[in-house]
Amino acid sequence: MVSLTVPEQITEDKLKDLLREMWTIRYFDEKVDEFFAKGMIHGTTHLAVGQEASASGACAVLQDKDKITSTHRGHGHCIAKGAEVNKMMAELFGRTTGYCKGKGGSMHIADVEKGNLGANGIVGGGIPLAVGSALTSYMKKAGYVTLCFFGDGASNEGSFHEALNLASVWNLPVVFICENNQYGMSGPVKEMVNVPDIATRSEAYGFPGVVADGNDVIDMMNVTNEAVERARNGEGPTLIEAKTYRWKGHSKSDAKKYRTREEEKEWRAKDAIKRFKEILVDEAILTEDEAETIRTQAKRAVEDAVDFAKEGPMPTKDDLLTDVYA
Amino acid sequence: MREITYLEAVREAMSQEMRENDDVFILGEDIGVYGGAFGVTRGMIEEFGPERVRNTPISESGIAGAAVGSALTGMRPILELQFSDFITIAMDQLVNQAAKIRYMYGGKGKVPMVLRTPSGSGTGAAAQHSQSLEAWVAHVPGLKVVQPSTAYDVKGLLKAAMDDDNPVVFYEHKLLYKTKSDVPEEPYSIPLGKADIKREGTDVTIVATAIMVHRALEAAEVLEKDGISVEVIDPRTLVPLDEETIVKSVSKTGRVVVVHEAVKRGGYGGEIASMIAESEAFDYLDAPIKRLGGASSPIPYNPELEKSHVPQVEDIVKAVKETLNKA
Repeated sequence: MVSLTVPEQITEDKLKDLLREMWTIRYFDEKVDEFFAKGMIHGTTHLAVGQEASASGACAVLQDKDKITSTHRGHGHCIAKGAEVNKMMAELFGRTTGYCKGKGGSMHIADVEKGNLGANGIVGGGIPLAVGSALTSYMKKAGYVTLCFFGDGASNEGSFHEALNLASVWNLPVVFICENNQYGMSGPVKEMVNVPDIATRSEAYGFPGVVADGNDVIDMMNVTNEAVERARNGEGPTLIEAKTYRWKGHSKSDAKKYRTREEEKEWRAKDAIKRFKEILVDEAILTEDEAETIRTQAKRAVEDAVDFAKEGPMPTKDDLLTDVYA
Repeated sequence: MREITYLEAVREAMSQEMRENDDVFILGEDIGVYGGAFGVTRGMIEEFGPERVRNTPISESGIAGAAVGSALTGMRPILELQFSDFITIAMDQLVNQAAKIRYMYGGKGKVPMVLRTPSGSGTGAAAQHSQSLEAWVAHVPGLKVVQPSTAYDVKGLLKAAMDDDNPVVFYEHKLLYKTKSDVPEEPYSIPLGKADIKREGTDVTIVATAIMVHRALEAAEVLEKDGISVEVIDPRTLVPLDEETIVKSVSKTGRVVVVHEAVKRGGYGGEIASMIAESEAFDYLDAPIKRLGGASSPIPYNPELEKSHVPQVEDIVKAVKETLNKA
């Protein structure tokens, strides 16, 4: 590896893959945004445009056996954990070819077999669940780590505090990643949390908390890798706070009256993908042309996903009552 | 056949299952050395150790989530909530997570867990430790709901609940913990969704749950002296509900009293009554369907008031006579 400081298992090819992945997340959510604006997709969705580095950087250091829990803003986590955009888009189109046969939609995409224990429509709902997954790993000596994503808003939920305490007293292999994108829907974090860093909340539960640059995929990798290694070595949980920003509104019906356009501009200037690409080019890991090829490939993959989604069959009334019980 | 208590039947069912299956474990508040608020898990930590009889912090949402997450990833947890009232603090994990995961994930993944919890009044524990909220849970697709009335039923139904691949809420009645019945030593399973005819009769059907089964049987004895023959049916599980057995009985007797301890308004008795009214049993009814349930107030502390809140034997006797126009 060149002069870049990254976890030792991260190869140059992996770095290129990460750039592709981040572009895929960006294009996927931008495409979804476009479809919603046109009224082509039903329901609601929450976009993680601008937050690609935290999902990609954190999941980059995971092994296949590791697991994640995700949030209502979860498309990026899914893609970073290896989800197929075809099946994701099909799910958003409500087709039987989607991850959840068209019955979950944007907020419930899951692939339990592959370690994605699911996005979650309840703020903080996935946090205790991640602790349960970590408990299984501990009890079965399965050696996997569970990565638990949630937002700044969820850090004010009781479930967050209960789960952190439980993970700590049982010393479980879980890594809590708080993606602080500065707003819980319209609530500015500065008004809703009275400490400068949410990461410090781990101190109350007796384990380390770390602030990471959520717009720097390399920092996210390094910080998460250390936390994952601690968890895997039986040293218990870590709380990581990834400082980041969502470029779009909370959901499709958000006029963003609670923040200034200047602030949005400042954060857009910290574009995680642009930063990462420049580093890779500066380090001679790829050329501008190669970077451009990766970008267009990611874009095409999302276009293909749309074609796949549109071709999928709709569920029928017969599907209404299936899978309520195992 | 030996007699054991309802409480011992719970413990025996869990212990036998845990000896057979390493994936089964219990978690809950004070279930370790203390043995649980009602003593159900007494001695279990000595046999199975603290890893499988996991004493938890007082964090209902956290421990319910830990149960859901561990079930989703291959364990078979039994979660003990100290009082069924505390289900309120675990409601998100139960209703929005456990009940929905399989469906909203398109049939991928399962949540094989049992939530055991003591419910009901009669102990003087007052408004926040005495409720019967089973109708809340029965209203949520994805959950199964069990309400055993005897030690024999406890052991078989708990076995079925533990073997089930879905989240099952298992209500134990506080006042029944000390009641005894003949219980085989070997493990056995009573299928969920199979009612039990606790007493056969011809004039009127009483559908009763949990402690009301016992009161209905007492009422039947009283009524027998007046020449009234009562059939007592215990659904045993609310979800799934054995509609067939109930409909058959009501078709035979032509009269029905539905009785539960839970508040009558919005209680599960309304569901049972409606089911009967929509069934072929309707054509055989000789009197309006009658419901008995708790009063529309919180459970009071004063012992006499507390008694008056829920149906007693004499209330059931009176209701039966009313359906026969003999009140």
